[in-house]
Amino acid sequence: MISNLIKRKIFTLLKVQYSNMLEYRVEIALWAISGIIPFFMLNIWTNNNLNESINISDVMLSRYFLCAFFVRQFSVVWVVFSFEEDSLMGKVSPYLIQPLNPFFRYFAQHLAEQITRFPFALIIAFFFFIFNPDSIWIPNLGILLLSLVSTFFSFLIQFLIQSIVACLCFWTEKASSIERLLFIPTLFLSGLLAPVVSFPAYVKSWIYLTPFPYLIDFPANLLSGNKTNIIGGLSMQILWIFLLFPLFKKIWSEGTKKYTAMGS
Amino acid sequence: MVQNIIDVKNLSKSFDISLKEPGLKGTIKHFFRRQTKSLKVIKDISFEIKQGEIVGFLGANGAGKTTILKMLCGLIYPSEGSILVSGYLPFRRKENFLKNITLIMGQKQQLIWDLPPIESFYLNASIYDLDKFEAKKRIKKLSEMLEIDEELFIPVRKLSLGQRMKSELLAALIHEPNILFLDEPTLGLDINAQRNLREFLQKYNKETNATICLTSHYMKDITSLCKRVICVHEGAISYDGKLELLLKKLSPVKEILIVCRSEEDAIKLENSGFTVKNKIKNEITIKIENNSITSSLKTILNNFDIVDLFINEPPIDEVIGKILIKKDYDI
Repeated sequence: MISNLIKRKIFTLLKVQYSNMLEYRVEIALWAISGIIPFFMLNIWTNNNLNESINISDVMLSRYFLCAFFVRQFSVVWVVFSFEEDSLMGKVSPYLIQPLNPFFRYFAQHLAEQITRFPFALIIAFFFFIFNPDSIWIPNLGILLLSLVSTFFSFLIQFLIQSIVACLCFWTEKASSIERLLFIPTLFLSGLLAPVVSFPAYVKSWIYLTPFPYLIDFPANLLSGNKTNIIGGLSMQILWIFLLFPLFKKIWSEGTKKYTAMGS
Repeated sequence: MVQNIIDVKNLSKSFDISLKEPGLKGTIKHFFRRQTKSLKVIKDISFEIKQGEIVGFLGANGAGKTTILKMLCGLIYPSEGSILVSGYLPFRRKENFLKNITLIMGQKQQLIWDLPPIESFYLNASIYDLDKFEAKKRIKKLSEMLEIDEELFIPVRKLSLGQRMKSELLAALIHEPNILFLDEPTLGLDINAQRNLREFLQKYNKETNATICLTSHYMKDITSLCKRVICVHEGAISYDGKLELLLKKLSPVKEILIVCRSEEDAIKLENSGFTVKNKIKNEITIKIENNSITSSLKTILNNFDIVDLFINEPPIDEVIGKILIKKDYDI
């Protein structure tokens, strides 16, 4: 049954959403370019020799921020904004009476957008290597595959967190403001601005109990070849997915009882 | 005996609404202390609908028609009472129930805006577990019924409202639902598009014996599709029965414009005991009760020199308008 769902419904959704995303290729190229925060951070770190304090070489640091850029490109999630708008405008109503949870549509939308983003991200990486030829490296196949899995898990965690927040629309109508609160720890604790290893030891011990370092820091370290606990990191990602999924299901089931189908 | 497909008993729905006084003071007060009020929008209604029936829900804006449809299709949760649609509790939204119904809202769309409708049709087909061959067959059949062809391959954003509505219908009917909930399906369409849509719905109902629940402010939709109407007034049912009976009750007389040969004939007719509405030269308008129309016309034709006559039905909008403001119809 699940394989049928994935094969037929998700595949068709993905195909249709990909066609839809291709209509917006210029916007997607701009979004890809707008995600270059890690490169600014790399510049700040290397210009101020901050990497010396955490014993990471310039080359490894530049690989880390390039990988952080890649992980961010393929795990960025905006479902809370889409769902909030659709919910407030009543657009979600026709989807609710179809035999497929509407979140599958958003899920497919995100995946399709990632596929569309891929060539643009490659072009940006190409230019990055032109300016940083020392950073060129080829990860081994096993690590590359594990990094892909880990990046997908990172996407799943973020998608579930935002979907849970999105479901709060059923109660508060403006759930995106809650997401903005979550954006702050995501920005600072995920490894987007600085590798988590650079935080003081007592802060780190707390950070690793949250899902944030598994969103960017762990997959980026894994892909860039920095020292990381692969089994521990992947296990924590799986644990967070298993914790968040039933929570999402519960909030969804309670929330739809509150749905008033406004705007329709 | 035809079975009930929809069974509603003592259904009520309340919404919590927040109250805010106007002005800055009211805004600040509202910020610190929210006041809410429970508003009962549907009040203890009961009705049954049989398989294959087309039922029109009539009522003023805010009467509760759309809320009833939303509860019937499982979109919103009822506060009290019970609903059984096709043997299912709608709100549980079981797969088999959802595969059996559709909801079309005139002002909302499910088609993907930037892609041709055909993409949305195939997507819906896969959501409803139809294989490609079956989907193709159904798209062909429905597009023929709806008379759309090239439009299937033009991005939705480039289609006219009428073409878009037809495409919406196709997308909503691709799984051949047995129960259709239509909320203002002809909203914003021109007269020809409205007529085409009505003809299509009649054809669909005839061919599939589907049950149709319809709300519309265009009275032509109601009169040409629905034999039965449910009038909703402030969340309660004020009338549930045949449309024909309701119209008879609300407009018991017809107006007849008679053109006499001469003005003398018109004066003679004016003084013969009929209720006269007005008289201009040789033209006279009289009111006759529906149940005596044949005998009265016979008398007039036998005793007066008549050149022409016109029977005017009272405007349907005017008659139905009365329904929207009345609470009760004892018929």
